Amino acid sequence: MTGTGTEPGTARPELLRIEGVTKAYPGVVANADIGFTVGAGEVHALLGENGAGKSTLVKMIYGLVKPDSGAMHLHGRPYAPAKPAEARRLGVAMVFQHFSLFEALTVAENVALGMETPPPMRELATRIRAVSEEYGLPLDPSRLIGDLSAGERQRVEIIRCLLQDPKLLIMDEPTSVLTPQEVEILFRTLRQLSAEGTAILYISHKLEEIRTLCDAATILRRGRVVGTCIPKDRSAREMAEMMVGATLTPPQRVPGPKGEVALGVSDLSVASPIPFGTALKDVSFTVAKGEVLGIAGVAGNGQDELLLALSGELKTDPDKLRVNGQPAGDLGPTERRRAGLVAAPEDRYGHAAAPDMSLVENAFLTAGLRRQLARGGFIDWAKTRAFAEEIIADYDVRTPGPDVAARALSGGNLQKFLIGRELLQGAGVIVINQPTWGVDAAAAAAIRQKILDQAAAGAAVVVISQDLDELLEVSDMFAVLNEGRLTRPRPVQGLSMDEIGLMMGGAHGMEVAHHVE
Amino acid sequence: MFRLEKRPTPSRFWLYATPVAAVVLTMLAGGLLFAAMGKNPFLVIKTIFWDPVFGEFAWYLRGQLLVKAGPLILIAIGLALGFRAGIWNIGAEGQYIMGAICGAAVGLAFYPTESRLIFPAMILAGAFGGWLWAMIPALLKTRFNTNEILVSLMLVYVAETILAKAATGFLRNPEGAGFPGSRNFSSYPAAANPELIAGSGLHWGGVAALGVAVAAYLLLTRHVLGFQIRLSGQAPRAARFHGVSPTVLTVLCMGISGALAGLAGLFEVTGPAGKISIDFSSGYGFTAIIVAFLGRLNPLGIVLAGLLMALTYVGGEMAATNLGLPAAAIQVFQGMLLFFLLAVDVLTNYRFRRMAGAAAAGAK
Repeated sequence: MTGTGTEPGTARPELLRIEGVTKAYPGVVANADIGFTVGAGEVHALLGENGAGKSTLVKMIYGLVKPDSGAMHLHGRPYAPAKPAEARRLGVAMVFQHFSLFEALTVAENVALGMETPPPMRELATRIRAVSEEYGLPLDPSRLIGDLSAGERQRVEIIRCLLQDPKLLIMDEPTSVLTPQEVEILFRTLRQLSAEGTAILYISHKLEEIRTLCDAATILRRGRVVGTCIPKDRSAREMAEMMVGATLTPPQRVPGPKGEVALGVSDLSVASPIPFGTALKDVSFTVAKGEVLGIAGVAGNGQDELLLALSGELKTDPDKLRVNGQPAGDLGPTERRRAGLVAAPEDRYGHAAAPDMSLVENAFLTAGLRRQLARGGFIDWAKTRAFAEEIIADYDVRTPGPDVAARALSGGNLQKFLIGRELLQGAGVIVINQPTWGVDAAAAAAIRQKILDQAAAGAAVVVISQDLDELLEVSDMFAVLNEGRLTRPRPVQGLSMDEIGLMMGGAHGMEVAHHVE
Repeated sequence: MFRLEKRPTPSRFWLYATPVAAVVLTMLAGGLLFAAMGKNPFLVIKTIFWDPVFGEFAWYLRGQLLVKAGPLILIAIGLALGFRAGIWNIGAEGQYIMGAICGAAVGLAFYPTESRLIFPAMILAGAFGGWLWAMIPALLKTRFNTNEILVSLMLVYVAETILAKAATGFLRNPEGAGFPGSRNFSSYPAAANPELIAGSGLHWGGVAALGVAVAAYLLLTRHVLGFQIRLSGQAPRAARFHGVSPTVLTVLCMGISGALAGLAGLFEVTGPAGKISIDFSSGYGFTAIIVAFLGRLNPLGIVLAGLLMALTYVGGEMAATNLGLPAAAIQVFQGMLLFFLLAVDVLTNYRFRRMAGAAAAGAK
């Protein structure tokens, strides 16, 4: 850990001051009377649950959204960017959570596309090399984006920002796609930037990261500032409780005795049906009754394909997949549900749920068979409705009623509904991809608890997730999916973070780092 | 300056107001068109929309409404099932022709036998002919991933060629003195499809259309297959996750729409048309596409839309004969209806919002 930046406590010259900023959308106040200041070179965290108003706030700072009222000052001068280009000109840059890169173009070409007057390609490549070397972000300007890992793609976005020599760098959930080693590289870069006087506005859910990285934190809840703190002086638990405004109880697990194998996958190889997808190669694992297998890995390493292969949307040889000992590889989704396997895909809008259909109809979507919601081919809508209401009550889904369209629910609420829909079917094998992605802390804790309850009741559970903390919390066994291959599952107890990092393939592109130096 | 903003949930009001607004806009634009052609627009609109129902010859024209609406509704309901599932059968006209040819061929094969079984056998053959013609684009799509819009559309022209061949060759009336066209079914009672109540215009095709409308409504709202059809159209990946096989659904929806179009053709050839002739094809298969959308792809809406479209047909013919309007003007008028419907339809899912600093009236 190098370059700790300016010592906390020393007075920093003020860089950005936000005063009384308010932004309302029809039906919701996203930001109400927000105020805080960021000093030059300060690493400032914005903390809050989903929907707390962090995104709206940084979009206003970056010129994507106009505040209804309130004032912003940069370098002590009034600051009201009408568009991102203006914000960039004044030294404000932003790295988004979702990258905007063209996979078929090279790193340098992508960087050039984001510039108003790009220099000649050769000169640009030299500058990219220089910046990547200076900040320890290994990156070869001539490589195709399509060949890069998520971590490397993020470096492209960061370098794109650094070329503008920003005074304030906004980063939205930057570590959600990184391996632990890549996080370490990123943090070193951020600390170096901070030491050179660039302020960083850092949005994240990951409280431990914020404790190690950030000098100050502003905590938002429902669009308002509810507190500030020095993250180093607080525990992650304390900060989480400030975010949620309630006391959090971590999931309780009662490890039960393990039963016989309920789900067995052996030498499963499938080509990806998704463009730029990852084929699965010789994936093998077993999950016993009452056991939770956590599968980690950076997105795009075959997680979606694994879910499709387990849910039955991708079929294989019968013997590659067994449910309760019976061959099931050639069964479609309906037959697999009948055999006792239910699945919850990651993408809620369009895959796990039909966005324009009501919650009642979405309840029927997967539960029709196991909950016997149809008789003689005709759907019993009254019974289906009762089931939807049961999910809403059991999983604390906040909705005006079961008849609203799925897309009208917030991500977290819809996720609770969809997880509930699968878990309430009494299936023996449960597969979930990204159970709490984009779900607020309280709802995430509730979902994890429900998953553990299912395991305690004897279900075999597979959880695919990019959130290591989540996997370590719920899993008995741990494996990593990397470029379509699954590591041998290992017991979670006794695994160190370093070992996990190595299982995840370490830091992508470390060889390039040597090359550059 | 306005921009479109997506509504959080589709507007219920516009869902039902859209067809009405489209009809009104069509009347306005159509009126301008007729005025530009030197006709009195009010008189033309009245001739098209008012006279067939309440005018001097309404006693005859009301029956004609049912005659025209029957096949439109029958075909449109089949198409709507496919459209709901995202399967675009544009070639109902061809399936309609092939159903008529197959059904007629079966009936003519038994001439002059009198049996109560002949007409039911012809109905089956008619449905089969349409189904078979729809299977070509369906199988090409599922096997080779061809585009069903193009294939089904091109097969219309193949069917028209076969129709010409049938009328002048293999189905020609041997006692017709060499004139093209088959025997007339009105003079062959076992195979005829006469008016059920004299003067009403209602024949078995109209009865079938109503029955199919009710069945399709129940299918879409109550049955698992209807749910799968709607799901596939709205969220194809969710449909696969649910367990729908896109292949099976494509074959099924194309098959149903083809069979219904074939039925419509059979009822037409044995009833109002009377015989297979070169000009048997009358565009019902294409107009039914408009009817399906005008009826919001909802079977009960399609019944109303079919009656309305029949009105423009019957009224349009009146306008053509009485006021000297060219037939093409009436087709433009019908086309406008679909055009405005699709345009106004945007309002179901989007709303206009005024951009800052501009002040003007909303969309008309």
